Amino acid sequence: MPSFFGYHRENGRVGVRNHVIILPLDDLSNAASEAVANNIKGTLAIPHPYGRLQFGADLELHFRTLIGTGANPNVAAVVVIGIEPGWTKRVVDGIAATGKPVQGFAIEGNGDIATIAAASRAAKDFVHWASELVRREADLKDLWVSVKCGESDTTSGLASNPTVGNFVDKVDALGATTCFGETSELTGAERVCATRAASPAVGEKFLKTWTEYNDFILANKTNDLSESQPTKGNIEGGLTTIEEKAFGNFQKIGKKARYVDVLEPAQAPTKGAGLYFMDTSSAAAECVTLQAAAGFAVHLFPTGQGNVIGNPIVPVIKITANPRTVRTMGEHVDHDVSGILRRELTLDAAGDQLIALTLRTANGRHTAAEVLGHREFVLTKLYRSA
Amino acid sequence: MPAPDFIIHAPEDNVGVVVVETVEAGKPLIGWVMDTDATVAIEALDRIPLGHKVALADIAEGATVTKYGHDIGRTVAAIGKGRHVHVHNLKTKRW
Repeated sequence: MPSFFGYHRENGRVGVRNHVIILPLDDLSNAASEAVANNIKGTLAIPHPYGRLQFGADLELHFRTLIGTGANPNVAAVVVIGIEPGWTKRVVDGIAATGKPVQGFAIEGNGDIATIAAASRAAKDFVHWASELVRREADLKDLWVSVKCGESDTTSGLASNPTVGNFVDKVDALGATTCFGETSELTGAERVCATRAASPAVGEKFLKTWTEYNDFILANKTNDLSESQPTKGNIEGGLTTIEEKAFGNFQKIGKKARYVDVLEPAQAPTKGAGLYFMDTSSAAAECVTLQAAAGFAVHLFPTGQGNVIGNPIVPVIKITANPRTVRTMGEHVDHDVSGILRRELTLDAAGDQLIALTLRTANGRHTAAEVLGHREFVLTKLYRSA
Repeated sequence: MPAPDFIIHAPEDNVGVVVVETVEAGKPLIGWVMDTDATVAIEALDRIPLGHKVALADIAEGATVTKYGHDIGRTVAAIGKGRHVHVHNLKTKRW
């Protein structure tokens, strides 16, 4: 079994980064969170635009995403800042269930300056503590890996997505936990995707999820979604229809692996090791944010035309087979598989190289997105606030 | 075999994907069928950019285009063998 060196957390999960994050509950708390991160070196603020007047399933998703982000094993400790103490405590309590250090601070009745001072002291203690944690060996199967593609073109379906699929097939056989999503982008391939479920019941659950999303699109669309799905970039790269894009997308789950469950957005897996499908948007940062909140610690991101996405807490490994993208945007590419198109590199070898690169990344090698400072954190909002 | 000019996913596909940066009209092209490792030769009749599709046979208007061995949409114009296949002559059957 291949292994890596990671941070063994209180709940048994293994992380590959050791972040102390400053997590705002809501838009109003971004300024204080960023001030704390500016005061205390070695911390990372994760600002976002939501958290007020949400309700129902949309509010539940907001909490699940924030709690899941704090609970991710790449995070050592968390400072939560909210405008008022009630919802702040809800996020603190959710993260505390993992056993990791977390403290909450509320701004009302204190003001930004006193809140920043108190939260900075807590963050400073967390950084001292986290900086003494050491990496220990873990099996590859303890590494949770999510996949999602972006700015795809036809080279994605030919080589970079199949390389990720080769990775998924190989680590699935070793007992790893993996996740794919992008509900709307499986349109055209949904029947074939349903046959890849581990059981007919899971396949039915997938089709129900896909149908609900497709019905939502049909109810809200004003045209045939040309320039939205496929995107302008996809079309520039030669993808013509959503069906063509879907069959290319679908290459990411390989040829053998079968998904064992269908997850709600940001829901952590509960059925043990295996491949999971998560109901997500196909927008890159939304999808990766939801997968990170479900506990996935490394992300594999094949691209054709050159999507530059990263994530604040999860290393995002970029794979491309487009030789023009390698030439014009090489600083964003972690793994060049364009040799597959020239018949210089086999899919099997490209998959093995991706496993090796993923383990090096898990051991601490920074990805292109990390080095270039890409920290896209985008919450999925289900509908308008009250 | 040298590096291919275009790649075909499955033997039943009626389009292939150009994988070199410049294909001008009149250029003879060598194709590689990934599933079977077979080789195919056709002549490009249009300028076709990297990543864009070339028709492997004459395809009638209203016919289905097959890639990955699956239906990826319907033609809205007749497409001759060797022509560029994209948004001007192929549309989704969904949405």
